[in-house]
Amino acid sequence: MAFAAFGGGGAGAAVAEPVALKRSWVAIGLLAPGLAYLALFFLAPLVSLVLTSLQIAPEGAGKGEYVQAFNWGNYAEAIASYWPHILRSFGYALIATLAALVIGYPIAYFIGVTARRWPMIQALALTLVIAPFFISFLLRTLAWKQLLGENSWIAQTLHGLGWLPSDQTIVGTPFSVIFGLTYNFLPFMVLPIYTSLERLDRRYLEAGSDLYASPATTFRKVTLPLSMAGVVSGTLLTFIPAAGDYINASQIYLGSPQTAMVGNVIDRTFLESQQYPIAAALSVLLMGIVLVIVAIYVRRSGTEELL
Amino acid sequence: MAAAGAFAEAGADLELVGIHKRFPGFTAIESLDLTIPAGSFFALLGPSGCGKTTTLRLVAGLEQPTSGRILIGGKDVTDVKPFRRPVNTVFQSYALFPHMTVLENVAFGLRRRRIADPSGKAHEALQLVELDHLAQRKPQQLSGGQQQRVALARAIVNRPALLLLDEPLGALDLKLRRQMQLELKTIQQEVGLTFLHVTHDQEEAMTMADTVAVMNKGEIEQMGSPEELYELPRTVFVANFLGQSNLFTGEVRGDSGEVVVVDVAGVGVAVPKARAQRHRGRVTIGIRPEKLLLHPAAPEPAAGVNVLGPGRVVDVSFSGVSTQYTVAIPGIGDVIVFAQNMVFGPVVNAGAEVWVSWGVEHGFGLADEGPEGDERFADDTSTGSLARQTREELLEELGEA
Repeated sequence: MAFAAFGGGGAGAAVAEPVALKRSWVAIGLLAPGLAYLALFFLAPLVSLVLTSLQIAPEGAGKGEYVQAFNWGNYAEAIASYWPHILRSFGYALIATLAALVIGYPIAYFIGVTARRWPMIQALALTLVIAPFFISFLLRTLAWKQLLGENSWIAQTLHGLGWLPSDQTIVGTPFSVIFGLTYNFLPFMVLPIYTSLERLDRRYLEAGSDLYASPATTFRKVTLPLSMAGVVSGTLLTFIPAAGDYINASQIYLGSPQTAMVGNVIDRTFLESQQYPIAAALSVLLMGIVLVIVAIYVRRSGTEELL
Repeated sequence: MAAAGAFAEAGADLELVGIHKRFPGFTAIESLDLTIPAGSFFALLGPSGCGKTTTLRLVAGLEQPTSGRILIGGKDVTDVKPFRRPVNTVFQSYALFPHMTVLENVAFGLRRRRIADPSGKAHEALQLVELDHLAQRKPQQLSGGQQQRVALARAIVNRPALLLLDEPLGALDLKLRRQMQLELKTIQQEVGLTFLHVTHDQEEAMTMADTVAVMNKGEIEQMGSPEELYELPRTVFVANFLGQSNLFTGEVRGDSGEVVVVDVAGVGVAVPKARAQRHRGRVTIGIRPEKLLLHPAAPEPAAGVNVLGPGRVVDVSFSGVSTQYTVAIPGIGDVIVFAQNMVFGPVVNAGAEVWVSWGVEHGFGLADEGPEGDERFADDTSTGSLARQTREELLEELGEA
């Protein structure tokens, strides 16, 4: 026994290697399905998308006929023709994200901190936040179209009060699109913030008030920084899909031609006018801009560990 | 306001007047009146669940009393929000802000009060607890003892009129504990602040505090200097919570003016009247184990000496400086004797027949009825007390939410 114990150095090293090797094979085996999935359904389409964005229409080609090239001009054309839509997308997404943060943080705080002493209410409130997911995104957006529509009681009341001119509608305005984006992505804001606030130790708040910080200062100096990870993931989970969204801004739902976002343009150029290279170039641009914004944001907010 | 502007010039008196604190379903503090003079080191000593932490939280403003007033430096602060009270707390859990460096933690209170040069003063406070070299670390990178010292620095840097310490040394190992006890005492004497220290460690309370209040079941049982509490406990709880005691119960059968004589299993035991709380009826008297002498033969009866025995030594345990003998005396029960190790090895061995004696002047008479008082001490581990304790912890948690 003693021999085995002391002889560990040599024997152990000899044994360790095959074990490590075996382990790495197990790891690769477990990772393989996921990696294969990503390669097949993410990497391959991405390469195809980038290639498409560089295609060119040959002389005398029909609608939707393109050949592979390195036509970087597609990007210039996409930006020149659609920069207002790109700007609008990020503008709407930004406002919707801020609105969702302002609405979502108090909800998350209530569920994660205030409602701690009433587990039933906490569970109920959480369920209510998630409940909209039980109904299709499209149906819910359509429902809002009805609720905000010309004959709805909301519009009628606003007309009656004179707050909305009689020739104006709610649906089809930037307001209704941003409203729809805020509504649809609100749970993605609430849940991550809730998760970080749920772990918040109330004793830090007591320590804050013991050290002369008013409730507002305690919030600013203690609560908010301690829930920053939730705020960052919530804003990202709201901002990224909102910037690429094409449902809320579409005419069929809450938008109008004047509210078209980059998603609607991609939808139209790809499916209707079949300008595949332009649509692909816009998609790559959208992705690139989102990546840059996210990278800057995460770095500035000091939550690199999330990446 | 007290919170703004400059440091407290000196410690402030703390006065609790008729404090009641009821939580839904139970009473944590039952009619508490307490005055702590400025500049003193005051310890609230008691088992967990006795209401001492609640008292501290009431003073800090983290709980509201059901009734009663709290005065700091003569000013009524009962309805003053915690962040406006001239009080700082060293929390049991330290509660150091995890997103700030040690220095930012210590400077937090100074910045809130807009005191000049917060970083410089924070560095000074860190030097006081010998942690200035770790100023740029995050709290979670420190050991428990270091975190504890940061928590202390974060509180005393504000020079509060009143510093509250909630079992601040609980998580430390014995050596560090000793060191911190000394440091705390030194700091208190240097800065002249009023310290209110809550602990369940009787040794800690006795070595550090000028005045100790022993708390039990939401009430203060006895208050006084450590020597006074130890030498002249007034209740069974205090006699047992502060050190060990040998307690005997019997009827008073004589009263000679100077002493009362109590019938302990047929033997008359004298206690000075001045040291006895009750002079007639069934009383409990006690004697500290180190005041007892062991005799291998029956000692000559003498005036001013109580003798019990013979009994048999049933246990001898050696602890370096002293040896603890347990002597079983028929009709009386086990008596514990601490004897200094003046010679090599024990004076008597287990099984030996011995007598015990002590000077009458060392005995004390308690206010409690009888040995059922013992249960009050033992109930610390009884299911009822545990349930109450758990309940209080739970309520505390709820109260935080």
